[in-house]
Amino acid sequence: MKSDTGNISQIERFAKRWRTACFSSFAFAAFCLVTGVVRAEPAKPVFHSKDVTGYPLDYGFTLKDADGHDRKLSDFKGKVVQIFFGFTQCPMICPMALSRAAGIKKLLGEDGDKFQVIFVTVDPERDTPELLRSYTAAFDPTFLGLSTDSEQLKALSANFKFTYSKIETGSSYTMDHSTISYVFDPAGKLRLLQRHDAKSADCADDIRLLIEGK
Amino acid sequence: MTSGCSLKENNNITNHTMKLRNSILTALLFTSAARAEVIATDAWVRATVPTQKATGAFMSLKATGDYKLISATCPLTKTVEIHEMLMEGDVMKMRQIPKLDLPDNKIVSLSPGGYHVMLLDLKEQVQAGQTVQIVLLVEKSDGKRENVTVSAIVRPLKDKEP
Repeated sequence: MKSDTGNISQIERFAKRWRTACFSSFAFAAFCLVTGVVRAEPAKPVFHSKDVTGYPLDYGFTLKDADGHDRKLSDFKGKVVQIFFGFTQCPMICPMALSRAAGIKKLLGEDGDKFQVIFVTVDPERDTPELLRSYTAAFDPTFLGLSTDSEQLKALSANFKFTYSKIETGSSYTMDHSTISYVFDPAGKLRLLQRHDAKSADCADDIRLLIEGK
Repeated sequence: MTSGCSLKENNNITNHTMKLRNSILTALLFTSAARAEVIATDAWVRATVPTQKATGAFMSLKATGDYKLISATCPLTKTVEIHEMLMEGDVMKMRQIPKLDLPDNKIVSLSPGGYHVMLLDLKEQVQAGQTVQIVLLVEKSDGKRENVTVSAIVRPLKDKEP
């Protein structure tokens, strides 16, 4: 039969073991946090633009430059790329989008060389490669005007989910088109959608975050 | 009884009458030209790059009386149209419009984001710093049509809206 003294010893031994276990657990957790073995989940960056990180884009598309060379998104790894779909006979939205892009580059300062702007024509019938080259260069010599044929353009439209259509009006035709800019991070992943009326300062803030690896 | 005017006096009277007639005619012409009561301000055209075929012209119009803008001409091209830009969600659309109402005493803005004059089928580059004449054909509510000449300055392609 156990004596009272024996029971108390058992309780003491249990309490001691419990204290030791708790202390060890806390010590281990503290060690992990201090050394970063286990980190608190980093906060997601907050953008002004629409965050579409993880969007299932097919990144295998190619576009032609004015010299007839194929250009892929992967050519611009290490830079934030902004793609805008438009046409040179557009008197407002398209030049304003490219003006804004030039303003964004200026706001980025020294990081401006990590920002690549690409204008893709939705009017390959009229926008020749040479015209695209001189059009985009008028906004900034680093901006690229790229094109593709009408079949590839349809595929691109489905891939990016942007709208374009040829509409007869007046003596000729115009192109209805989406006015969203698509922004890719330096790893070449689509991250943001920027509306045509987004301010250049807000766009620049977002692009700076992507340049910083956020 | 004759009035007794000499030949020299007759000539003087004739010259005077002709001068008076010419003055009246000039005044009438000047008055009819000034009668187109549509004022254009801040007129500008966006410059182009070589081989670019189209660009837009923008301005503010204010009419005294109810007018409509019917059409426009420009020495740069034979194809000048009045267009309207609309946004449907994020999609931009532009369409030619047959006329643009200029209501009495209201400022109608032809500006990026709305109405504009399209200069199409350009044969030459439109260079920044040029001045371009655009002649607007306007029609008053009584059906009378008049021309309004506007001088528009060409601004660089990459310029932001003023």
